[in-house]
Amino acid sequence: MTTQRTSGRRKQVLAAAAVVAGLLTTAACGGGNDSGGGSKNGAAGFDAANNKVAQASAVKKGGTLKFGGAQDADSWDTTRGYYGFMWNFARYYSRQLVTTKAEPGKAGAELTPDLASGLAKVSDGGKTYTYTLRDGITWEDGKPITSKDVKYGIERVWAQDVLSGGPTYLKDVLDPDGKYQGPYKDKAADHLGLKAIDTPDDKTIVFHLPKANSDFEEMLALVSASPVRQDKDTKSKYTLHPFSSGPYKFESYNPGKDLTLVRNTNWKQASDPIRKAYPDKITVKFFSNANDLDQRLINGDIDLDINQTGMSPQGRTEALKQHKANLDNPVSGYIRYAVFPQSVKPFDNEHCRKAVIYGADHVSLQTARGGPVAGGDIGTNMLPPSVPGAEGQKYDPYELAGANKNGNVAKAKEELKACGQPNGFSTTIAVRNNKPVEVATAQSLQASLKKIGINAQIDQYDGSQTTGIIGSPANVKKKGYGIIIMGWGPDFPTVQGFGLPLWDSKYILQSGNNNYALIKDKTIDGLFDDYVNATDASKKPGIATEINHKVMEGGYYLPFVFEKFINWRSSNLANVYTTDGYSGMYDFVNLGLKNSK
Amino acid sequence: MLAYLIRRLFAAAVMLVVIIMVVFGIFFLVPKWAGVDVALSFVGKQADPAAVAGVREKLGLGDPIYLQVWEFFKGIFAGRTYSAGGDVTHCAAPCFGYSFKSEQAVWPVLTDRFPVTLGLALGAAVLWLIFGVAAGVLSALKRGSLWDRSAMVVALAGVSLPIYFTGMLSLAIFAFGLKWLNAQYVPLDQSFTGWFGGMILPWITLAFLYAAMYARITRATMLEVLGEDYIRTARAKGLREQTVIGKHAMRSTMTPILTMLGMDLGALIGGAILTESTFNLPGLGRAVLDAIRNQDLPIILGVTLITSLAVLLANLVVDILYAVIDPRVRLA
Repeated sequence: MTTQRTSGRRKQVLAAAAVVAGLLTTAACGGGNDSGGGSKNGAAGFDAANNKVAQASAVKKGGTLKFGGAQDADSWDTTRGYYGFMWNFARYYSRQLVTTKAEPGKAGAELTPDLASGLAKVSDGGKTYTYTLRDGITWEDGKPITSKDVKYGIERVWAQDVLSGGPTYLKDVLDPDGKYQGPYKDKAADHLGLKAIDTPDDKTIVFHLPKANSDFEEMLALVSASPVRQDKDTKSKYTLHPFSSGPYKFESYNPGKDLTLVRNTNWKQASDPIRKAYPDKITVKFFSNANDLDQRLINGDIDLDINQTGMSPQGRTEALKQHKANLDNPVSGYIRYAVFPQSVKPFDNEHCRKAVIYGADHVSLQTARGGPVAGGDIGTNMLPPSVPGAEGQKYDPYELAGANKNGNVAKAKEELKACGQPNGFSTTIAVRNNKPVEVATAQSLQASLKKIGINAQIDQYDGSQTTGIIGSPANVKKKGYGIIIMGWGPDFPTVQGFGLPLWDSKYILQSGNNNYALIKDKTIDGLFDDYVNATDASKKPGIATEINHKVMEGGYYLPFVFEKFINWRSSNLANVYTTDGYSGMYDFVNLGLKNSK
Repeated sequence: MLAYLIRRLFAAAVMLVVIIMVVFGIFFLVPKWAGVDVALSFVGKQADPAAVAGVREKLGLGDPIYLQVWEFFKGIFAGRTYSAGGDVTHCAAPCFGYSFKSEQAVWPVLTDRFPVTLGLALGAAVLWLIFGVAAGVLSALKRGSLWDRSAMVVALAGVSLPIYFTGMLSLAIFAFGLKWLNAQYVPLDQSFTGWFGGMILPWITLAFLYAAMYARITRATMLEVLGEDYIRTARAKGLREQTVIGKHAMRSTMTPILTMLGMDLGALIGGAILTESTFNLPGLGRAVLDAIRNQDLPIILGVTLITSLAVLLANLVVDILYAVIDPRVRLA
């Protein structure tokens, strides 16, 4: 009797195990295999939206576009936001004088008029920019947007003591001496005392630059140049409900939980050549668990990831196997690299830096970043492929993707000899502790360097304190950080928007420094001056190329990868494409749905 | 009893003040010792000096620690006003700080998140008490049987498997695979059935871990109690087995379980971080996780205090219940 019962229970256990295994398989499959060239469920195909428009004809007006994300924006205030996805998303509720074209790929990085009726009329040797506003542009309450609103919005960048966090290019270019104190300390009755901007009437705005800057219009395309209406400016609390000038307005926002935008009924399609405003409603839900987010994307509960930083390793593996037709693999615009601060010996010696560059196993570093698909192509130089003047892997002065891709021990040892350290040396690699992929690259680099006698210790510092720890040259020197693992993407797609804070000696700061290598090269500084003063736009890419060459020749950086992502788009998304204007992200502003119910 | 209660309350209040001081010390002194400027984590890629100064002013980072502690206490009872660069923010009492990352006062964040965590903790506690204690008692009574062995194997699995594994597994099977259960959290004030449906998996997952522990402790305690002289006497007197177990043995068995329950509930109310992040529940655990990620010190401080308070209160309740169950405690 006992034996029989036991046997029965065993059968039950086995049956239960079989059921669980079956269910797990079902859950993992999630609806069958989609090929790369389109699928039964209507997905457009692998890379179908990478630099080209997918499902454009299927778009229908209406419905709710659902975003999910593992991280909320740093701020939704147009002056304060600095995250790339925030700039992309902000086009739903904010407009600028000019913006990037709503087109895929490289064309998406070109400027086009938005609130302004045309691109700038530039005069006075590149020091005066004049814009005329369009007709019919309105705020969410129906009042017209005036040139004074644009000026006030830009003036807010000066109020850094209240509105910190956003880019300060406009402040640096329009008021390099810091004479203006910002609108909150402005004694003028209308709080519009910034001398560098004139608003002779409600339709005209004129910018007077003390010194010409060939990228000034790029800076005006940043969301920090959005108009803000004075009577709606809630200062530091503006992030909770920015007043809309775009096709959607804030309905509700719970920081870290969710955000809902609804149609701005006072926005007129005729006044806006960029935005199509397909969905009726846009929702964003924030998740603390990236795997949960990925599962909901795969399940179809969410249309796309607002963060656009790629799926987590687990979700990516499943999606690549089962739902490839829902994925795109764009270049992100970021370069991941190691940088050598010259204040830490022996990295003041060019040959010691080059020994590390030659000694590293670049394939191993690429693998640590996620491999060629999820990590990116081996980085061979320091200019992202999306920046005009970039040569991609064609420029590979150290043959990092060629003959030396697995490291060249002999060449590295030659360089060590030339630097006076034939037996190698000891150093410290600084890496953020909240970026597992960066820690993996540090470990890979450590292993390669051991082969050439460089003994590198890894210091995982508090990643949330990056600015304070590696942004202080004194601290870097004190801690002996000879190698710092970092990544950088362009604020706007030019060599100035990417490289100026990294490579120009004027940007070596005592705190908040980004020129970690402490490059003080008169040739590079001079080239940046040439670039900024260039009146002939066709010469700019050539200067960018030259700057990149000089940086690489100095051996200040060891590039790892030209980063790539695996991003998910739901089968219900229509009119979807990636754009260089937002570093390979999907262009949010004109996304629509195939089924709007 | 009243004197005992007053004594315990006073001890709890002193403990809370000590905790506040320690937490302040950790958050404001440790970065200074480490040579890290906290303000720099608030200013983005382009660290404008005015921005750094503004953040320092808002966070009061330049003030001496005693002044910061005093301002914090004052804020709890009288509210507090923060000002920098012409921007004035009032934080009404009880002001437990203000998050300049999310531009919210900490107290409303805590009160908004607290019901989610409380619902999770209480629901799971009901489940783990019912199933954990019942399984433990049955195992003790049927010691060595197949039931006992199976229950203890399951209990071992429950203790060993981390929440993020069981949570993800249950989501994969029941929410995404079979679609039997909703994996989306719905606030209670929106829909009771939606809320209940969304909480079933988190309750079961959390209860699985705790039920396992409770089953093991109940079994061990019950076995010990069943060997006591007074149980043998009760049986010898001819009492029904139900009465011996239910009235005499259970009462003694419940004492350590009650202690555990107090500690566990207190800790969970402070934030079931893993469960909340696995199931995306917007409770205190997720709030503190996000705050850690964003270096949002005021929120971390607020949740830490709430956790401490919850543990203290739970222990206080346990102490009182102890006194009810076991009169000797009052004498002690």
